[in-house]
Amino acid sequence: MTPTAVALEDAKVAFRLGDGRVYTAVEQAHLTVDQGEFVAIVGPTGCGKSTLLNVAAGLLKPAAGSVRIFDRPLAGLNRDAGYLFQADALFPWKTALDNVAIGLEIKGTPRAEALPRAQKWLTSVGLGAFGGRYPHMLSGGQRKRVALAQVLIRDPKILLMDEPFGPLDAQTRQVMGNLLLDLWNADRKAVLFVTHDLEEAIALADRVVIMSAGPSSRIIGDWRVSLPRPRDIFEVRLDKEFHALHREIWSVLKDEVMKGYAQSTNAAEAV
Amino acid sequence: MSRATLLALQILVAVIGIVLWQVLTTVPLFGKILLPPFFFSNPFDVFSQIVKWFSTGVIWKHLGITLAESILAFVIGSVGGVLVGFWFARQPLVAAVFDPYVKMVNALPRVVLAPIFALWLGLGIWSKVALGVTLVFFIVFFNVYQGVKEVSRTVLDNGRMLGMSERQLMQHVYWPSALSWMFSSLHTSVGFAVVGAVVGEYLGSAAGLGYLIQQAEGIFDVAGVFAGMFVLSAFVILIDFGVTLVERRLLVWRPTAADGRG
Ligand SMILES: Nc1ncnc2c1ncn2[C@@H]1O[C@H](COP(=O)(O)OP(=O)(O)OP(=O)(O)O)[C@@H](O)[C@H]1O
Ligand SMILES: [Mg+2]
Repeated sequence: MTPTAVALEDAKVAFRLGDGRVYTAVEQAHLTVDQGEFVAIVGPTGCGKSTLLNVAAGLLKPAAGSVRIFDRPLAGLNRDAGYLFQADALFPWKTALDNVAIGLEIKGTPRAEALPRAQKWLTSVGLGAFGGRYPHMLSGGQRKRVALAQVLIRDPKILLMDEPFGPLDAQTRQVMGNLLLDLWNADRKAVLFVTHDLEEAIALADRVVIMSAGPSSRIIGDWRVSLPRPRDIFEVRLDKEFHALHREIWSVLKDEVMKGYAQSTNAAEAV
Repeated sequence: MSRATLLALQILVAVIGIVLWQVLTTVPLFGKILLPPFFFSNPFDVFSQIVKWFSTGVIWKHLGITLAESILAFVIGSVGGVLVGFWFARQPLVAAVFDPYVKMVNALPRVVLAPIFALWLGLGIWSKVALGVTLVFFIVFFNVYQGVKEVSRTVLDNGRMLGMSERQLMQHVYWPSALSWMFSSLHTSVGFAVVGAVVGEYLGSAAGLGYLIQQAEGIFDVAGVFAGMFVLSAFVILIDFGVTLVERRLLVWRPTAADGRG
């Protein structure tokens, strides 16, 4: 049996709001990622996808339930995980190359050794010529790729990715998706991948997990994607099985998306 | 507009200003001199005063003193501001306790401190340095405090997830952020260091540009006052230019307004 890399058991996350009320974002979340498995989380906006990743990263403590990483309860930060944040997280005062190298330098790798390895990683995300640029001189997609290199150079056993292709156009997303699959194929880390794009989720993942609209969002569906690997994102979308699965998941997701949208508008009106 | 045209226009403004000044102080208009030379001097006298200062070399001593006071005030004020700013930002309790006192001291017009510093530290350079320090310290302090507090949550979390220790977070996240805020106020704080020095000299000293101006004023030597002001302006512009060079070097990573992105 393959070991479980991430296991959330009955996790519940609540936030204390400014006025003293408590907002329950996620409830009874049951989620596992096996070693070498690529799991995608899809759900309407505001349902708690980032929140779940933060719990898996150890940045947020669940109000109830447990988090186990490689079968050990998580205390503090998850040292086995690399986290690709939804928002810009590069150090703006470091060049792209330094941003990637820092992951090694923190561990005590001498700079002279870290820089060439950082350069290699930049090259493998297609930014070999951009090492000298500061983050503000890069496009949104380029910044995401630098962030990916920054995380991967540390060779984490678990990869947490929060809408890594969020700000990109549809074509670039597919190119990046293929790049990600290539990199992942090399050593098959456990991946927890958040996206709001169902097609992307099916094309990339081994399993697709659907969350309901918040508050008290739950995991309401878990589908196995048995499309053969290695996959090409462009071609896999033409597959019959892909379409069948997409239709099946979408029928569940559609209602939640409508609900999530209605709820967020109502909440906005109530304020 | 090209650089050359801009420069030409800038020089034109100076020329017109000087010509107007010369004409209004020497040529009677409608039977009356509009700007009496006794109060306004004239460009020629002012210029010859400046030339005299530099040719005899007396000015260097005064410039040197003012420069030394400014630098000392800037360095001491900055180091103090950085240390206290960091300390307050990392210890919210300390910041909360001292908050009203910091506000109180900062609200005080610094000029009233000059006599006290003169009493405590004498008429030498240190009373001027102290005055400059009280100005520089608060600017740097507030900026560093802000810089440490406003570090992006995500960048901080990223540092943590990459495995940074508290010390490494200091070095790679808090410190650069605080420095960038401090450098963004570099022009202001350097300017205030000079202001502190000159005002201190003006209120009581035996050397420096402020002293020079005060002396000329004491004997109604208006040409001397104006000459002192021009030398002072040139001095500040030169320092400011130096600051711009330093800033360009240190803040290369920051988007400029011209980039059109935040
Ligand atoms: N610190 C917080 N305090 C209060 N409420 C919060 C906090 N962080 C998140 N929330 C709420 O928790 C819910 C889930 O947020 P989360 O960021 O996980 O959503 P998401 O699924 O990642 O959305 P998106 O797809 O838009 O990124 C939201 O309703 C949000 O308003
Ligand atoms: Mg999110």
